[in-house]
Amino acid sequence: MSLVLSEEQELIQQAASEFLKEQTPITHLREMRDSEDPVGFSKALWKEMAELGWAGIPFSEDVGGAGLGLAELGVIVEECGRTLSPYPFLSSVVLAGGAIALGGSEAQKQEILTGLCKGETLLALAFQETGRFSPWAIGTKAEKAGDGFRISGEKLFVLDGHVADHLVVAARTSGSSGEENGITLFLVDPSTQGCTVTRSSMIDSRNAARVALSDVTVTSSAVLGEVDRGAEILNAVFDRATAILSAEMVGIISEVFERTVTYLKEREQFGVRIGTFQALKHRAAEMFCEVELAQAVVLDALRALDEDRPHASRVVSAAKARCSDAASLITCEGLQMHGGIGMTDEEDIGLFLKRAKTAELSFGDAAFHRDRFARLTGF
Amino acid sequence: MPDASLEAFRSELVEWLEANCPASLRPGATSTKEDRDSWQQVYIERGYTMPTWPREYGGGGLSKDEARVLSHEMGRFANWVPVASFFGTSMLGPVLLEFGNEEQKKEHLPKIVSCEIQWCQGYSEPGAGSDLASLQTRAVRDGDKYIINGSKIWTTGANNADWIFCLTRTDPDAAKHDGISFILFDLRQPGVTISPIQLISGASEFCQVFFQDVKAEARNLVGTLNGGWTIAKRLLQHERAMLSGGTGGGGERPQAKKGPVPAPTSALAEAARAHLGEKQGQLADYPLRDRIAQNEMDALCFGLTLKRSGEQAKAGQGPGPATSMFKLYASELNKRRSEILMSVRGAAALGWSGDEFTPLDIMETRGWLRSKGNSIEGGTSEVQLNVIAKRVLGLPD
Ligand SMILES: Cc1cc2nc3c(=O)[nH]c(=O)nc-3n(C[C@H](O)[C@H](O)[C@H](O)COP(=O)(O)OP(=O)(O)OC[C@H]3O[C@@H](n4cnc5c(N)ncnc54)[C@H](O)[C@@H]3O)c2cc1C
Ligand SMILES: Cc1cc2nc3c(=O)[nH]c(=O)nc-3n(C[C@H](O)[C@H](O)[C@H](O)COP(=O)(O)OP(=O)(O)OC[C@H]3O[C@@H](n4cnc5c(N)ncnc54)[C@H](O)[C@@H]3O)c2cc1C
Repeated sequence: MSLVLSEEQELIQQAASEFLKEQTPITHLREMRDSEDPVGFSKALWKEMAELGWAGIPFSEDVGGAGLGLAELGVIVEECGRTLSPYPFLSSVVLAGGAIALGGSEAQKQEILTGLCKGETLLALAFQETGRFSPWAIGTKAEKAGDGFRISGEKLFVLDGHVADHLVVAARTSGSSGEENGITLFLVDPSTQGCTVTRSSMIDSRNAARVALSDVTVTSSAVLGEVDRGAEILNAVFDRATAILSAEMVGIISEVFERTVTYLKEREQFGVRIGTFQALKHRAAEMFCEVELAQAVVLDALRALDEDRPHASRVVSAAKARCSDAASLITCEGLQMHGGIGMTDEEDIGLFLKRAKTAELSFGDAAFHRDRFARLTGF
Repeated sequence: MPDASLEAFRSELVEWLEANCPASLRPGATSTKEDRDSWQQVYIERGYTMPTWPREYGGGGLSKDEARVLSHEMGRFANWVPVASFFGTSMLGPVLLEFGNEEQKKEHLPKIVSCEIQWCQGYSEPGAGSDLASLQTRAVRDGDKYIINGSKIWTTGANNADWIFCLTRTDPDAAKHDGISFILFDLRQPGVTISPIQLISGASEFCQVFFQDVKAEARNLVGTLNGGWTIAKRLLQHERAMLSGGTGGGGERPQAKKGPVPAPTSALAEAARAHLGEKQGQLADYPLRDRIAQNEMDALCFGLTLKRSGEQAKAGQGPGPATSMFKLYASELNKRRSEILMSVRGAAALGWSGDEFTPLDIMETRGWLRSKGNSIEGGTSEVQLNVIAKRVLGLPD
């Protein structure tokens, strides 16, 4: 597939750009943050986005989805990056929704994904237990108990976990922490006895919850996919999430870069516009290259996954490493070039810096993905 | 989407290759000089060294898609593909096609295609490198000729060239960009002195060229008198596109759906494995492994960026200022790669001559030194950054 947007994708992009700029400009995130909104985003707006078909993009038509791909979802999420729209594409659609689409039974899909596509059901994936992304470091245990399982353990950084109607929980049915085998995915209703969800917010004003599971019992119909083989689903889900998060980062860096270039053209010091200083010009030109490279590799990563291309994971890692480095460079340089004003809460640049850092450290930072890329290339 | 006319072209081409490509040039065979010469002859007659140039100027008259098919089939068929010298094909040719008059195209283009004339580039002067437009070499009209005096420097391959495309000052009183003309002339004439300059890599591909009352036919002025700067800039865009690995291609090859797909490899990592060994199946030196992964990823991302820009430019316009970005990135990437290779090879990287070092060692060492020129030739990296800032980002002067 080519690396330029198709006509359909361009239409999606236009619609997303207009809707998000209108409905959720950066002031929207600020309002949610400053009012300590208990959800962190507007459920009504999410429903509207779902009605536009966005929540169902990657799901099949029989559950109410649009049957499109990550390439199309990426277009929307990139626009979300530009406006820092705090909507649950990653948490509900790609992570938990993706796990259900990939591993769920027909009944599970019908029951949950239909509501997700309508914007009525919110989901979250509870897998992480350590600070650094280390996908198989799972100690949470699920033991056989009667007809079902009893789950105990603690999960961190569960994106949008505090408002999820269903949690997908990764727990160990065999093996020990660090092993890829022996992980099973469960659908857990957060109101089940023993399940405590505590909201916390991250530097980017988004939600990540701590989920404590203390002897939470579920029936065997709560198993998603096969027992002990959850990692197969998670591997695919992480690749998809990593690529989509990279698309969001492309939106962030493009926006920050454009804002910075505009500032260089406007701000005057020493009687001239600061964009005349070569020390700043050259750095801006270098950032331009970084943006271009990030855009190209992310487009290819999304397409590689959609086409189920062999070695797609390798491109995904290249995309995430590239975006992590580029996002760090461009947000830091952007802030620096805004001078003192960049340090203020009033100026948006700092919000981008915070969101970029969250994205950079999620699902593996640049070093993690260079290591993975090397392994996937055989060295 | 197999396009019917393209498939017809392909099968005709394959038939032609079957009939004409000598057996000694097929993969696995060892070619002979006679076969190469005769193959080159047939190849040139078809215009295939410059497949997309029009037939009336000696080219192959193929569409871009057909040219892709040609290059693909040639890759499968022959282990040796004739190429014309790049100064003619990648720089002068495109500029003549755009700015030359009919007579100039008819005279010069076929000889580029046939590799009959070797060209060199007379741009830089001792006092005019980055600030190219401050050049001083003079051309003065005298009847149907221009008389040229001055000197050019860093002229790659001048000692093996037949002709030069040369920037000259034809109006010393005009503003510096407004008095320049683009003139072609024969280097093999009295008054031309060529002295090679040795590079740090030991090779001598560079020359300083002196002109004393050298003559150019007036009909070999390209474009308008004093209007050479526009042509000069366009040629530089072509040069940058060429130096950065072209304006298309790159990235991962589209994969066929069926059949096993070979695992990706890395030549850099292979070299490192040979020198450093492995620990638990991974390169033993962790920091170097990280640098290699970074370089490989950068190369992948860069290839995809070239591919993307090629697809965006399919509309058909020539290269634009973004080629500065490609020139910049390709140079810096290649230099980093050479630095990594040096680290990987350790002391073996330090050989200059002698039996202790393999010919490959010495070639790579000299390649490292040569790579330093990547960010200087065709305009320095700093100058590319200036071009991006000004022409792409629109930052003020
Ligand atoms: C945390 C903090 C505490 C501060 N405390 C104080 C205080 O107590 N008292 C006080 O008076 N001030 C204080 N300041 C202000 C500080 O001194 C200014 O922010 C600083 O001098 C930069 O000026 P500016 O913000 O106007 O940026 P600008 O001058 O507008 O600079 C914008 C960008 O352009 C770059 N730039 C500007 N000129 C050039 C040039 N010639 N060449 C290359 N690049 C250039 C800058 O480096 C910067 O990246 C503080 C600032 C901060 C962030
Ligand atoms: C391998 C190789 C092959 C070449 N082949 C040819 C050829 O075939 N024909 C030909 O005509 N020329 C050729 N050149 C010459 C090449 O184009 C020039 O070397 C180049 O343009 C730089 O000019 P200079 O060497 O005079 O350096 P200078 O212009 O003197 O530059 C010195 C340093 O100052 C920096 N600098 C200069 N101006 C600025 C600015 N405005 N802002 C910031 N930094 C600046 C430069 O980037 C550089 O780092 C070749 C060069 C090399 C290395």
